[in-house]
Amino acid sequence: MTVSLQTGDFDIATEMDALSKGDTNIGAVVTFTGLVRDMVKDERILDMTLEHYPAMAQAELERIEQEANKRWPLNGTRIIHRFGTLKPGDRIVLVITASSHRQAAFEAAEFIMDFLKTRAPFWKKERLEKGDSGWVEAKDKDDAALERWRL
Amino acid sequence: MKLIYFAWIRERLGIEEEDITLPDTIKTVQDLLTWQQNRDEIYEGAFADADTIRVALDQFHAERDDPIEGASEIAFFPPMTGG
Repeated sequence: MTVSLQTGDFDIATEMDALSKGDTNIGAVVTFTGLVRDMVKDERILDMTLEHYPAMAQAELERIEQEANKRWPLNGTRIIHRFGTLKPGDRIVLVITASSHRQAAFEAAEFIMDFLKTRAPFWKKERLEKGDSGWVEAKDKDDAALERWRL
Repeated sequence: MKLIYFAWIRERLGIEEEDITLPDTIKTVQDLLTWQQNRDEIYEGAFADADTIRVALDQFHAERDDPIEGASEIAFFPPMTGG
């Protein structure tokens, strides 16, 4: 289990290899990568800046990772979240889950992303091509996505 | 006690954090939000939309009726939009 918050980019293959190397009990690795989109509604985006609460972002993502490891038999998890200014097409977030079988890896990756979206303290501010900028508003569907994970 | 602010709350207040001694009458997260709204016009503006503001006590998400006693760092921020 490792969480990294960083300004720099990441390499998915390197991270995946690092997570699964030496553990031949792993039969499934799921990777999720979130990217910056260039359009929101009808507005073209120049870039976005991710603000975060460093100590809590680290702690909260570790708590989410621990919860995923309680719920599924995982051999490894990896979370990387970038902060600072990013452009359309840039990678923002990486979640990797490894398990003996695919169902646990798929479900745990979705669980981690659903909780990350609504509970990890990051905030996006978009700068639009037409000149203004603004904070991205949270989506109700992200809150709704948590409901299916309740016991 | 340290109070810290993020995103549009930080922008509206014009500060990232402040060290403050709170009145003894403030017991819960809700008490603290109400107190913030009544400090001055700038705080009133930043905390006008208090229902949407999230609060964390020592880096844990908190509910409105949670006691703030013992917390050393209290953070205020909008709903999160990472990922």
